[in-house]
Amino acid sequence: MGEVIVITSGKGGVGKTTTTANIGTALALEGKSVVMVDADIGLRNLDVVLGLENRIVYDLVDVVEGTCRLKQALVRDKRFDKMYLMPAAQTRDKNAVSPEQMQKLCNDLKEQFDFVLIDSPAGIEHGFKNAVAGADRAIVVTVPEVSAVRDADRIIGMLATNDLSNPLLIINRLRVDLVKRGDMMNIDDTNEILGIDLLGVVPDDENIVISTNRGEPVVIDEDTMAGRAFRNIAKRLLGEDIPIMDLDEEDTFLDKIKRLLGMDKNKKH
Amino acid sequence: MISLFKFFSKDENKSKDIAKERLKLVLTHDRANVSPKYLDMMKDDIIKVMSSYMEIEEEGIDINLTRVANDDDTYTSTLVANIPIKKMKNIGKNNG
Ligand SMILES: Nc1ncnc2c1ncn2[C@@H]1O[C@H](COP(=O)(O)OP(=O)(O)OP(=O)(O)O)[C@@H](O)[C@H]1O
Ligand SMILES: [Mg+2]
Repeated sequence: MGEVIVITSGKGGVGKTTTTANIGTALALEGKSVVMVDADIGLRNLDVVLGLENRIVYDLVDVVEGTCRLKQALVRDKRFDKMYLMPAAQTRDKNAVSPEQMQKLCNDLKEQFDFVLIDSPAGIEHGFKNAVAGADRAIVVTVPEVSAVRDADRIIGMLATNDLSNPLLIINRLRVDLVKRGDMMNIDDTNEILGIDLLGVVPDDENIVISTNRGEPVVIDEDTMAGRAFRNIAKRLLGEDIPIMDLDEEDTFLDKIKRLLGMDKNKKH
Repeated sequence: MISLFKFFSKDENKSKDIAKERLKLVLTHDRANVSPKYLDMMKDDIIKVMSSYMEIEEEGIDINLTRVANDDDTYTSTLVANIPIKKMKNIGKNNG
């Protein structure tokens, strides 16, 4: 029996789909069987991030309405052994599915897979309720900015009322240069405010854009910072004890000397 | 020496600290909104304390967290309470 994990955020565009695709791929690289469910009905994107958009025949709504069998809607990713996508319907709206139907779908999927990852839509409405309906655990993605952290806090409260009271936090798009000069909240700041366990920190990395262009999740490339961060996150989910990457917030002594001598290229004006 | 020390210490007024303070305030309010239970518990305790000093009209009580604007365009989360008093209790009078 597998585990159903929902990836959610409240605020849109903070990296839920990117996170789902990369954790899913990393778990598959670790030899686990994984299915990623796109719960963003009407605005599906997980298919293009994974590069599987041309292989979709049926979708999630077809399954819950009985138009096809569960197996027929699953898109197998040929690059990996046991990795599948359950695409969202693109031409329907989110009311086409009920939380009860999602719960049944999740239960059916976790009989067959080690991990069922649900990519939640933004917002706190019907789509969110569908996405969390069948989940055993939740991951909250945020970026270290005021509005995203505020929405994450709201979502953490809503998860608790949906029996998902110990969500794990991913801080995405952290910029070390901004953190160093005190212009972005660091890991401790964000943690202190949200007060939930930290699963991982993903740096802002242009390789995400490049890999999304290609339809190949960034974890495939071990040389990228973001790729390494997502691999570590997957390993932590599997119970490995891997320290959060160390980001030195304080300027080093050398930085200070450079600044004193006017040699710092990141100097504020 | 002091100014040199200051140079090597952290900058004052980093924007991330401002962000953090603003978030803490706004979340005080958001969280109270998410859980009306929290406000109810507090209301009960306030009634308990006040009742030892005065008779209050429990049905007329109105307690809310709101944001009050400061002169410098910031906000402070503020507890605003309207508590109708029936009469003061006759304790502690002429004792000091
Ligand atoms: N760590 C990162 N570094 C750089 N770019 C990133 C990073 N994470 C996400 N992005 C970019 O941010 C954008 C939004 O990401 P994504 O689609 O994953 O967010 P989302 O939360 O799923 O959005 P929505 O709420 O619309 O579903 C994308 O263009 C993605 O490439
Ligand atoms: Mg998305």
